[in-house]
Amino acid sequence: MTTNLTVNLHTAPADAGEGAILPNLLMFGEVLRRLGLEVGSANMLDLVRATEYIPIGGNRNDFRLAARSLLVHKQSDLALFDEAFQVFWRRPAHGRSMRDLRSMGEERRYRTPRVAPHREDTSDGPPGDLESEDANDRQPVVDLQRSFSAREVLRQRDFAEFTPAEVSAARSLMSELAWDLGQRRTRRPTLGDGSDIDLRRSMRRSLSHGGEMLELAHRKRKTKPRPLVLICDVSGSMERYTRMLLHFVHTVAASGQQLEAFLFATRLTRITRHLATRGVDQAVAQVAHAVPDWAGGTRIGEAIKTFNYRWARRVLRGGAVVLVISDGWDRGEPELLSHEMARLQRSCHRLIWLNPLLGSPTYQPLTRGMQAALPYIDDFMPAHNLHSLQELARHLNHLSDRRPLPPSRRPSDAPADEPEPTGTIPHDGTTAARSRRDLNPALAPTFRHPLWGHPNIPGGG
Amino acid sequence: MTAAQTDAAAPAPVSVEDVQALLRDQAYITDRGLAIAIFLALKLQRPLFLEGEAGVGKTEIARALAAGLDTDLIRLQCYEGLDVNHAVYEWNHTRQLLEIRLMEARRGADESVDADIDVFSPQFLIKRPLLEAIDESRDRAPVLLIDELDRADEEFEGFLLELLADYQITIPELGSFHAAYPPVVVITSNRTREVHDALKRRCLYYWVDYPDYQKELQIVTARLPDAPRQLAQQVTSFIQELRDTELYKIPGVSETLDWTSALMALNMRQLEPEVIDDTLGIMLKYQDDIEAVRGEPVRSLLERSQNRGPRRGGRRG
Repeated sequence: MTTNLTVNLHTAPADAGEGAILPNLLMFGEVLRRLGLEVGSANMLDLVRATEYIPIGGNRNDFRLAARSLLVHKQSDLALFDEAFQVFWRRPAHGRSMRDLRSMGEERRYRTPRVAPHREDTSDGPPGDLESEDANDRQPVVDLQRSFSAREVLRQRDFAEFTPAEVSAARSLMSELAWDLGQRRTRRPTLGDGSDIDLRRSMRRSLSHGGEMLELAHRKRKTKPRPLVLICDVSGSMERYTRMLLHFVHTVAASGQQLEAFLFATRLTRITRHLATRGVDQAVAQVAHAVPDWAGGTRIGEAIKTFNYRWARRVLRGGAVVLVISDGWDRGEPELLSHEMARLQRSCHRLIWLNPLLGSPTYQPLTRGMQAALPYIDDFMPAHNLHSLQELARHLNHLSDRRPLPPSRRPSDAPADEPEPTGTIPHDGTTAARSRRDLNPALAPTFRHPLWGHPNIPGGG
Repeated sequence: MTAAQTDAAAPAPVSVEDVQALLRDQAYITDRGLAIAIFLALKLQRPLFLEGEAGVGKTEIARALAAGLDTDLIRLQCYEGLDVNHAVYEWNHTRQLLEIRLMEARRGADESVDADIDVFSPQFLIKRPLLEAIDESRDRAPVLLIDELDRADEEFEGFLLELLADYQITIPELGSFHAAYPPVVVITSNRTREVHDALKRRCLYYWVDYPDYQKELQIVTARLPDAPRQLAQQVTSFIQELRDTELYKIPGVSETLDWTSALMALNMRQLEPEVIDDTLGIMLKYQDDIEAVRGEPVRSLLERSQNRGPRRGGRRG
C-alpha cells in the first residue's frame, strides 16, 4: 500500500499513530453513516477495541473483514461497505474521496431496489484487485455509470396532472378508511379468560390464601393484526389508475398496518421502504424514481414468480392477506401465471385481486391472463374509483378466518336469504353464483366472481 | 478483565489462524472472514450473529466452536411464542404444591413443626437454556446457541436484548443472576424476516454463503472421510451446478452431506442419472423443484458438472 494514509500509519511513531488512527476510524464511521448504514457509537468503540487484535497496519483485508463484521448488520449493506472501504482506506480521508462517497450515497438513495440478488459476492477475497490498485490510482473507484446504465429505461412520470381536487378528495377519503384485516391468533399467551391455566400466576395468588388454590388464573392466546401485502401493476394499460392506486397504497402504509408493497410491470420491485418515508408526494416521487419500467409492458406471471421465489417466504409470514392490483393484461405465458398464482394462493391467508376494469358494467374477464389467474383468486373486486376502494376497505374489515370455498366446491344449496350483490359488478344471474356466507349480509360487498356460472369457462360453473 | 476471563477457558485461541485450526479439528471448514468474526466475538465478548440460507452450516458453527473450546453447548431453539418459561426459567409448580401439602400434613401431626418454608427458592426452580448459560457455578464460558431467532417474535427479541446487554437475569422471587464467565453467544437466522436492528447492532454480523466448489469439497471430505474421492468430487460439482438452476429452495451444505451419505449407503462409487433421479428428494424439498429437475435436466446437469470438474468455485452469478 502506498497511499498516504496507510504510509502514515506504518511509519508514524506509536503516539502519533494513535492520533492518526482514531480520527480516521471515526471519520470512516461517519462516512458509513452518511451512506445510510446504521453505525452506532458502540460499534465504533468495538472497532477501536478490535484494532488491538486485528491491527490496521497488518493485513488490510483482515481489517476490512473485521470492520465489516462489526459495522454492518445487513446482508444488503455488505457490498456498499466494501465499496466504501475501498474508497476510504486508500486515499487521504478528505477531498476527492469524500466526494466519491457522497455520490455513492446518492446512488444508493436512487438505486433501484434489488429484487433478485440474494447472493451477492461475499467471498473473503478483497472486492478489488489490491495489486493493480495502486497503478490505477487515478481511476475512480465508484463507477456511477455502471449502475445507471444497468437500469432499464426509466420514464419519469409527473404527478402534476393529478388535479388538486382529485388529490385532496382522494386523500381525505382514504385517510378515513379504517383498515383492519382481522386478527390472527399467535402462539404467545397473555393474561385473559382463555382455557389455559396460568400456573405461575395461580401459584402466586394461592399464597394469599395460605397455599389454597381458590382461583385459577387463566390465559389466552394473544392476537395480532394480519399483515397486508400489495402487489401492484404499473404497466401502460394500468397507467390511468396508477396514481390513484399509489395514493391508495400509501394511505394503507401510513395507517400503521403492517405492510409490504411491490410494484411490477415487467419486473417486480419492492417499495416498502419508499412508502415508509411517509408523505404521499415524497413516496410517490421516490416510487417514480425507483420503478424501472413505469408504463412499460406487463408480465404478471414473471412478477408473481419473482415474488414467490424471492419474497414469499419472507413477507407471507403470519397469515398475510395479499392484494394484487392489475387489469390482467398479461403478455407472458398464461400457464406460468396460473402456476404461480396457485402457489401464491397456497402460501397466503387470502388472495384478493383488484381489477379497475371490473368497474365497467360490460367488462368480462376474458383476457388470457385474467382467465389464468381467476381460479386461484379468493376475492375478485373492482378498484376503479373511491367508492370501490371504500368497499374494499369494508370487505377487508370483515374477512373471516377461513378462506372462502372455491366456486366449484361451494354447496349448491346456498341459503335463500342471501342478499343479492348490489353495485356495478356484472353478474349473469345464474344460480351458481353466490357470494360468501361468512360475510355480514348488511355489509355485502359489491362484488361477485364474474366467471362463476359462466358456461364456457372451466371451473366456472 | 477481558483477557483474564477468556483465558480461563482452557484453549482460548490467540489468533485468527488458531480459530481456523480449532474449527478444522472439528471438521468445520471456515472462511477467513468467519474466522475473524469468531475471533473478535471471543475477544470482544460480543454475540455473533450469523445469517444465511437454510442449510449452510450456521448451527454447526456453534457446535464446532463448543467442541473446539472444550466447553458446553447450550442450545435454545426459537419458535413463535417462545417465552420466559421456556427460554429462561420456570417454577416447578407441582413440587411447590406438594411441598405445601406436605408442610400442612406435618404441621397437622405436630404443632411444633416450623411452618416456615419458601416455595420460591432455588430448589423449585427449573433452569432453561438462557439461565443455564449464565449459571454462576460454571468454571468456563459455555457456548450459547440461539437458533433461528427469526422464528421467535419481537417480544422475545426485546428480552434477549436485555440479557445480552449485561448477561444478567433477574428473577423477581430470587434476585439477580450474573454470569461469572459471559457465554459465547451465537445467534442464527434464516432471514425469513428481518431481525430488529437494535439487536443486530450489538452483535458481530456475518453472512454465511453457500461455499464454492473447493470449500464444499473440503467440507465433504472432512465430514465424510470414508467417501470415495471420485464420488465426493462428482457430488460436489453436481450440487454446485444444481445451485445455478432456478429452484424455490436451493440445496445447502447439509443436503450435500446427506446426499453423499445416502449414495455411500447405496454403495455408489460414482454418480449415475437413474440414482440421482431416485434420490432427488434428499436435495430438493419442493415437489415443483423435483419435477423441474427430474429426468432430462438431471442428465444435462450431470454432463455439465462433469465438464466443469474442479476448475472453479461455483458461486451463482
